[in-house]
Amino acid sequence: MAASAKKKSPLTAAQSRATLRRVLRHIRPYSFFVVCSLAVAAGSVAAQLYVPILCGDAIDLMFGPGNVDLPGVLGIVRSILLVTALAALAQWVLSVCNNRIAFSVSQDLRNAALRKIQRLPLSYLDSHPSGDIVSRMIADVDTFADGLLMGFTQLFSGVLTIFGTLLFMLRENIPITLVVVCITPLSFVVASFIAKRSYRYFQSQSAVRGQQTALVNEMIEGQKVVQAFGYEDESLGAFDEVNDRLQDVSLKAIFFSSLTNPATRFVNNLVYAGVGVVGAIYTVAGRLTIGQLSIFLSYANQYTKPFNEISGVVTELQNALACAARLFELLDAEDQVPEAENAAVLQPDGRVSLEDVAFRYLPGRPLIEHFSLDVKPGQRIAIVGPTGCGKTTLINLLMRFYDVNSGRIAVAGQDIREVTRSSLRGSYGMVLQDTWLRTGTVRENIAYGKPDATDEEIIEAAKAAHAHSFIRRLPEGYDTVITEDGGNISQGQKQLLCIARVMLCLPPMLILDEATSSIDTRTEIRIQAAFARMMQGRTSFIVAHRLSTIREADVILVMKDGHIIEQGSHDQLLAQNGFYARLYNSQFEGADGPAE
Amino acid sequence: MKQMLSYLSGYKKESVVAPLFKMLEATFDLLVPLVMADIVNVGIAAGDTRYILLRCGLLLVLAAVGLACSLTAQYFSAKAAVGYSTALRHALFQHIQQLGFSEMDTLGTSTLITRMTSDVNQVQSGLNLFLRLFLRSPFVVLGAMVMAFTVNVRAALIFVVAIPLLSVVVFGVMVVTRPLYRTVQTRLDRVLGLTRENLTGVRVVRAFGKEASEVDRFEDANALLTRLQLHVGHLSALMNPLTYVIVNLAIVALLYVGAVQIDLGGMESGDVIALVNYMTQILVELVKLANLIVQVSKALACAGRVQAVLNTRPGMQFPEKRTRQTPDDRARDAVRFDRVSLTYAGAGAPSLQNISFTAKRGQTIGVIGGTGSGKSSLVNLIPRFYDATEGCVEIFGLPADAYPRQELRGSVGIVMQKAQLFSGTIRSNLLWARRDASDSDLWAALETAQAAEFVRSKPLGLDEPVEQGGRNLSGGQKQRLTIARALVGRPKILILDDSASALDFATDAALRKALAALPGDMTVFIVSQRAASLQHADQILVLDDGHLVGVGAHAQLLERCPVYREIYESQFRKGGAQ
Repeated sequence: MAASAKKKSPLTAAQSRATLRRVLRHIRPYSFFVVCSLAVAAGSVAAQLYVPILCGDAIDLMFGPGNVDLPGVLGIVRSILLVTALAALAQWVLSVCNNRIAFSVSQDLRNAALRKIQRLPLSYLDSHPSGDIVSRMIADVDTFADGLLMGFTQLFSGVLTIFGTLLFMLRENIPITLVVVCITPLSFVVASFIAKRSYRYFQSQSAVRGQQTALVNEMIEGQKVVQAFGYEDESLGAFDEVNDRLQDVSLKAIFFSSLTNPATRFVNNLVYAGVGVVGAIYTVAGRLTIGQLSIFLSYANQYTKPFNEISGVVTELQNALACAARLFELLDAEDQVPEAENAAVLQPDGRVSLEDVAFRYLPGRPLIEHFSLDVKPGQRIAIVGPTGCGKTTLINLLMRFYDVNSGRIAVAGQDIREVTRSSLRGSYGMVLQDTWLRTGTVRENIAYGKPDATDEEIIEAAKAAHAHSFIRRLPEGYDTVITEDGGNISQGQKQLLCIARVMLCLPPMLILDEATSSIDTRTEIRIQAAFARMMQGRTSFIVAHRLSTIREADVILVMKDGHIIEQGSHDQLLAQNGFYARLYNSQFEGADGPAE
Repeated sequence: MKQMLSYLSGYKKESVVAPLFKMLEATFDLLVPLVMADIVNVGIAAGDTRYILLRCGLLLVLAAVGLACSLTAQYFSAKAAVGYSTALRHALFQHIQQLGFSEMDTLGTSTLITRMTSDVNQVQSGLNLFLRLFLRSPFVVLGAMVMAFTVNVRAALIFVVAIPLLSVVVFGVMVVTRPLYRTVQTRLDRVLGLTRENLTGVRVVRAFGKEASEVDRFEDANALLTRLQLHVGHLSALMNPLTYVIVNLAIVALLYVGAVQIDLGGMESGDVIALVNYMTQILVELVKLANLIVQVSKALACAGRVQAVLNTRPGMQFPEKRTRQTPDDRARDAVRFDRVSLTYAGAGAPSLQNISFTAKRGQTIGVIGGTGSGKSSLVNLIPRFYDATEGCVEIFGLPADAYPRQELRGSVGIVMQKAQLFSGTIRSNLLWARRDASDSDLWAALETAQAAEFVRSKPLGLDEPVEQGGRNLSGGQKQRLTIARALVGRPKILILDDSASALDFATDAALRKALAALPGDMTVFIVSQRAASLQHADQILVLDDGHLVGVGAHAQLLERCPVYREIYESQFRKGGAQ
């Protein structure tokens, strides 16, 4: 089975047990279907095993020319028809139950995971690659569902078939049964030998595949550069090198794994021949009827099948458990600090104060220390400083995406940890550097914070953000669907939409992080004007590289290495002739005659 | 599909041998029931133990030969399938690299990566399975029927009825469920998309307090997925019971016909056993066949997607050799736009309209304008990343499409907005532009790009590793390295497409100074939003909404071009430093 290639790091026995227990807990709501599934599986197996016996009985009624008990045969035929109908029905019900269990459980798990994502602290989400979380929720849950389905469908009926067959055979003839029982395990041994070998090859195959995907990713993403530098041949050469290695390991992996079927079929044929010879001799000796021989022959044909299936299922189940464990890991991650029980709904009045705030992302690496700031209603706070100085961090703290390590942040005099998150965050209108839009129409995106907004309101907001004119020019106007990566509109346009999104809600305070970095200065001026209107009477925090953006701020915070090193108005800071003055003046150095 | 098959041509022998050996194996399998019938009819009837033992020996021989055939087949089919996918991946990668910017824009990188990886893998397993089973399974089905005829014609007629019935069920279920499975995939993609969205947009989701509505949205999509999965699952679950019923009906008929025939002396009981055995073999093979068809049709769907990529023809052709010589009167022209317009594929409106200007060799050209005004579009026409939809772009006096690809791209160095580096070392990245550049060339380029200092500060200098996408470098460092990379190629035309945006003003100024000081007559295009960066350009192109609204030097434009004045003043209005 090629699926074993996807096997993740195996779990220890204890982990497996714990994971299994948890999986069972998730299955519990569907116990009705489980019970039902087990019951019909038993019925179906019994019926399926009974048919060969009936056939054998029928054959025994055919002694030879002129000596056939036709009424007897007809009677048996009727029984076979009845049993067949029952078995078929049971099979279908079995599948229906198993589908229900597997798909419902995976639906539940996905929902639980998404709910979990909404509760996880930002620190978790920031430090775990989203691709990894997505793969846990989608690929792992899928593999898990497949494994579960296969497990339910084949494991139980497989075991039943083995024991049922054994029981029936023992009833008929013990020595022949012994032949079957002795040779069959051979197929097990062979299969597990092959599995072990091919697992190794599959592992190296997935390693090389990983390398190849990484290379393809890089080269295709950077294709414009590849072409600009005419680097196609080199990158094809690098690709071919990995591709050839992949061919080599894939051939080994696929060939080895494909040995399982022929090998087990061979063992199966051995069993068949063994049963044939022993059975025939017993029949000659008169200790077995031809009908009974036929029963043994058909059992011999089927007996190795459940063995092979079970060994496949066991791998699948282990794989499924490993996937489930990965998902549980996500579900077990610690939630964000829950809201205080009596958390108040914030009534913002524009006052924000930070009192001796300290914060670090990593223990032992303090970033912000002894940070105090008192913002009066309607003030415009600009934050400047070199990259990594803590500007974005400040926003994380204001929005309570992260909690301070010590000190406190208060809005309208209330500690933000004592108010509901939604009321705190709802008080801010935020435009981030990272322009996130959802898959959906332009209209839906603008109305994100206010789904019941009228068309007029939406257009009004778009106009205020200077987005209206470009939206009108889109193929479907406001109904243009923005694709997942927003590839159909430019970065600057995305930013305008993000601004329109905030314009529509107009919360009492604003946070603008590099809000206009992708917008040219001309558009920016217009937006600035709109912002200025919007900011009137609203406390605003603005982070920007562009100094013209922040010149008009009431307070400029100059940050460096997590500390506020200067604080004051533009003119005051220039007069201080410190870090800010240097930063500000450097922008005009180019204007003073570069080449001369 | 023809083209897709051509990648198999290196493995003709394997793709013939594999199915043939599989068929051979099947032949031996088909003989087994006949041998067993002999044991019953002859050996047991006569009580001949020696005969029985001999026949069982024959069974063992058949099993061993079957195994040998099967192993041979597995090997050759694996070899053909893996070889095929290797060739396909190679061709696909090569093809993708030939695609132009417009095709890449349309296809999207993530799609292409999926095509290259999982789709090709699916095709590989589909082909492997196909080679092994496409002859074997039908052969067993028909062979069993033929064998039945050799046993007893009347009984064989039951096969004639049962096989089509079984086929109808097996393939009918498949035909019904296949499109549904495709829809399942679409719905799964939707669930995946929503998950990703929630992760990448977590700050916005929380800022707007939309956690609950996001959960609802997700759960709706998820429920939709599950409902369809169940529906398809129930339908496919019909196959096993239905085939089981048909096979058993056939067996019952065999028993009855057998009973009558034996009674009349036309058959023996061993024959009945053999016929029942054939019937069960048929079912096993039909199920395999159905599974094969599902897998193959999945693989075909993937192959179709791969094919679609291969069918995407590069929108532009480059001549092998330069077709014409530069006319003498154009010798001093570096870049000339003559009434150029550009409309992107699928776009409603042109991004550039009627642009005309001439840049002389050695000049510095500034390009300024609003978001979406067409600045990048304009410079992208120079290395011929896109073709002008109207008008003519001339490079050194010749239309851009008169140059072979390497010659044109070699003379134009472009530094894009998005600084893209590749895993390797700083050195390996710089060498992209010119494979034989010496270390001193590299350092010179780094000096000019204002990157020498930070590269020197790295413990390994030029050999400092660069992670995928340059993750281990800051935005400013990446930008400076991409500028240095372009300089290493000693381009005749250098384009900086807003590529100093992450640099602080001082570094930006130093960079421009260093560029101006370079020897030779390199023509430089600087796209920028900072008027200060362009002030000293020989010509500044002012773009507004795809139109060229001003061309000239700073002082002229300040006087004549209101758009330029507006931009300039916005940045210098209160600039006390003036």
